[in-house]
Amino acid sequence: MVNISKKIASVEFDLLSPKEIRDMSAVKVITPDTYDEDGFPIENGLMDPRLGVIDPGLVCKTCGKKVPECPGHFGHIDLAMPVVHVGYVKVLRNMLRSTCRKCGRILLSKAQVDHFEKRMATLIKEGKNIKPLITNIVKTASQADVCPHCGEHSGKIDIDKPTTFRYDDHKLTQADVREWLEKVPAMDLKYFNFDENIRPEWMILTVLPVPPVTTRPSITLPTGERSEDDLTHKLVDIIRLNQRLQENRDAGAPQLIVEDLWELLQYHITTYFDNQTAGIPPARHRSGRALKTLAQRLKGKEGRFRSNLSGKRVNFSARTVVSPDPNISMTEVGVPVEIARELTVPVKVTAQNIEWAKEMVKRGPEPIPPHGVFYQAGVNYVIRSDSRRLRVTDKSKNEVAERVEPGFTIERQLEEGDVVLFNRQPSLHRMSMMAHTIRIMPGKTFRINLVVCPPYNADFDGDEMNMHVLQSEEARAEAHTIMKTQEHILSPRFGGPVIGAIHDHITGGFIFTHGDYSFDKAETLFILSRIGYTGELPEPKGKGGRWTGKQIFSTILPKDLNLEFKSEICEKCDKCTKEHCANDAYVVIKDGEVLSGTIDEKAIGAFKGVILDRIVKDYGNDMARQFLDDATRLCIGAITLRGFTTSISDEDIPDEAKAQIRKLLDDAVDNVNKYVEAYNKGELEQMPGRSLEETLEINIMRVLGRSRDGAGKIAGKYLGIDNSAVMMAKSGARGSMLNLSQMAGCIGQQAIRGERIHRGYQNRTLPHFKKGDVGAEAKGFVKSCYKSGLTATEYFFHSAGGREGLVDTAVRTSRSGYMQRRLINALADLKVDEDRTVKDTAGTVIQFAYGDDSVDPTKSERGKAINIEAAIKEILGKAKVEELVEMQKKEEDVDLMRSIQDDISTEDVEKEEIEVEEE
Amino acid sequence: MAEFNVVNHELVPQHEILPEAEGKKVMDKFKLDQKQLPYLLIHDPVATSIGAKPGQIVKITRESPTAGTVVTYRLIAVMAESETEE
Ligand SMILES: [Mg+2]
Ligand SMILES: [Zn+2]
Ligand SMILES: [Zn+2]
Ligand SMILES: [Zn+2]
Repeated sequence: MVNISKKIASVEFDLLSPKEIRDMSAVKVITPDTYDEDGFPIENGLMDPRLGVIDPGLVCKTCGKKVPECPGHFGHIDLAMPVVHVGYVKVLRNMLRSTCRKCGRILLSKAQVDHFEKRMATLIKEGKNIKPLITNIVKTASQADVCPHCGEHSGKIDIDKPTTFRYDDHKLTQADVREWLEKVPAMDLKYFNFDENIRPEWMILTVLPVPPVTTRPSITLPTGERSEDDLTHKLVDIIRLNQRLQENRDAGAPQLIVEDLWELLQYHITTYFDNQTAGIPPARHRSGRALKTLAQRLKGKEGRFRSNLSGKRVNFSARTVVSPDPNISMTEVGVPVEIARELTVPVKVTAQNIEWAKEMVKRGPEPIPPHGVFYQAGVNYVIRSDSRRLRVTDKSKNEVAERVEPGFTIERQLEEGDVVLFNRQPSLHRMSMMAHTIRIMPGKTFRINLVVCPPYNADFDGDEMNMHVLQSEEARAEAHTIMKTQEHILSPRFGGPVIGAIHDHITGGFIFTHGDYSFDKAETLFILSRIGYTGELPEPKGKGGRWTGKQIFSTILPKDLNLEFKSEICEKCDKCTKEHCANDAYVVIKDGEVLSGTIDEKAIGAFKGVILDRIVKDYGNDMARQFLDDATRLCIGAITLRGFTTSISDEDIPDEAKAQIRKLLDDAVDNVNKYVEAYNKGELEQMPGRSLEETLEINIMRVLGRSRDGAGKIAGKYLGIDNSAVMMAKSGARGSMLNLSQMAGCIGQQAIRGERIHRGYQNRTLPHFKKGDVGAEAKGFVKSCYKSGLTATEYFFHSAGGREGLVDTAVRTSRSGYMQRRLINALADLKVDEDRTVKDTAGTVIQFAYGDDSVDPTKSERGKAINIEAAIKEILGKAKVEELVEMQKKEEDVDLMRSIQDDISTEDVEKEEIEVEEE
Repeated sequence: MAEFNVVNHELVPQHEILPEAEGKKVMDKFKLDQKQLPYLLIHDPVATSIGAKPGQIVKITRESPTAGTVVTYRLIAVMAESETEE
């Protein structure tokens, strides 16, 4: 075959002339019907066989070809009266406004013509866009009152909703418009960006092309009934009306009737092009459903462009519900047998693998695995060298296997270890689609490890995910090297881990390592067996010959890891006692041994995990994967042994605490009343820059806010760290102390738009209160806690506050979604060059250095190029750091000092993390 | 009262017209064609203020939250059609 490469020099869009429409037409369509009683297409009807074939086997009457080869052929309808094409209404308006009604010339003076002509010539010479100039020309010409060529008055052109033009308030018929445009000379067309060979009057249709049947195929329903395409329905209407209009006109019917019919024909042709034209009701089916006409086929999310061209349905993919499995690796995905048997990987048969291939084919599509084996891959199809497909069935498998020879391809079912792509919508991230290796499992769900939940944003309340099976070696290699989950532990957004422990993993880690929690030999062996530990059992370090959790956890740390950080449970005391912390909240890891501190969210959690972060950056992705798999298994082992549960009784507080809280809240309400009294007496001291009312509100809000915090503190005092709910909140596993204090202590002030609730009846929120009451209860303060339950008015205020939250999130997600879509479209094709400049596809520089500092955030230390403190510590040892900092202070090397301080203060990092969590 | 000049405003970074040779050096360093540079329109208040002429390269030095100070370059360009006609 000869390969001819052609280059498209230019593309031009223009109008079809009536002659062209007639010339390309295979049939003049006259009859508004499709099939006769016997089911044969009617001659000169909308299904005329000369318009193309849709039934396989039939031969086209126009081109003589069969179904896939015959492209279909256009027909035409001769319209009794001219009709406006809706798509050109704007162009028509411009043209009518800027040309003369009498002589058809453009309404520009000689001087204006000269000026514009010169501008146009230069723009064309420079290869620039002339559209803005065209806009200017039209604008200038339509401002003329008198024709500079014949002196005729130039009237005002208006449009009556979709397609009717008015000239100085007289209606212009479609025929009038057509006549007008016929007068516009070819030499003036360039001012409208028209080629001189195109006639503007073609925008008023006199002939309507009828699209081939292939574009509007009829469907035969299972009942044997025929159902026609929406376009065919519309064309039937058009032909019927066209006929009636012609008959009435020829019979000399009254002008009014003819005009009505004409208007109706215009309506049908307008909706045939676009059934969502503003100003007219959309044409509907008998069922009431709006018809899907030409524009609807192309427009919008479900249109040809966004649904069929930008995105398509794919083969070799599967979708099902996801469920958790903490025992598989984070790079694995559990695939149900049913899916594994349906999806295939093509394997080329060669002289080297022919024996294997024959064996595989002999297994057939439903192999019975040998004893003790759960699943064995079979073969669904064999593709011969001439690309004919042979279906492999239980009956044909032996016969087909005999015929297999080098050059064939077998489509093998999925096997354990195959690389697949796994995805959860909305795919907002690079990490929303990652490569996993598969594990075939019983059941009907995809199984995933919990540490990959954060990047996919998946939970198990019915979430479904998609799997794509790679079909070529290149794709598999690429996915394997750059898309595996461990390649995405670090986020390119903030340079920290997005994959990490969550929920029970963190609680497990906390239980495991907090204080001197220890295990006996059997327990230690049980936990270590979960990671397949094969080394020597270390000497027990705990009391009574027991193994401490810290010690067991240390077995999975690299032997040369040195790290110090504060745990999530750190109380942020004024003076940190470091390794002597009473809360065991200061982690010290020396030579891979946890000496002090608790392993919680701050150590291994997604987004925050410091150990995790260190291991990915210093030991690589594979080590990090191993660490995460092991750490989560150990944590689950520990939590399994101890047992862990939480219930509403975790929020029980003793009666004395309840009394204290009640007292505190009553005092606060009294306090509020005092402020109100002072305000009423005019004794309230006004705050600078605030009105008296604002001052009162601020004071009340402050008093009530403090009382809520106070109630939380009292409740917190009675909820110790051995309480399961507190354990989860403090270690960062789930929930917060605020949640707990709202359950046990007091819910607090409900707000709408940041203010106390004040809407409702006149001068009061509810009829339960006196008019003008501005006290705590009357304006949405909820004294109760969730556990005790709310009073009726509190419940009402709580619902009002809660509704605002719901509306906010609903509005925010839709808006930020669209904003992100626009951002992505705008930035999609920017690229970082070899010299780190950022360029667009035209090669224009957007940034001379990526991010100004050329730092890839994925490889950065939380956004910065290096972590100076850690680097110095590593090289000089800890004692020297302080010495160095002293020295720097003396030398007043502001720059280095600033960067060291930046790195030591974790403030900004924490701010970022809050943002991350909110997502 | 001294006349207001945008260049003196604290939010306007430092603009500096590069001599032709310097400009050429920049283009060579980044292996760029003049057309690939971002534009600074000739009627931009800063361009008028520093008296830039079409075809010249302006060096802009500004502060950056990531890199401290950052240097970028822009090409003084004539307006596009849409702005010419009123
Ligand atoms: Mg969900
Ligand atoms: Zn044909
Ligand atoms: Zn005229
Ligand atoms: Zn502490």
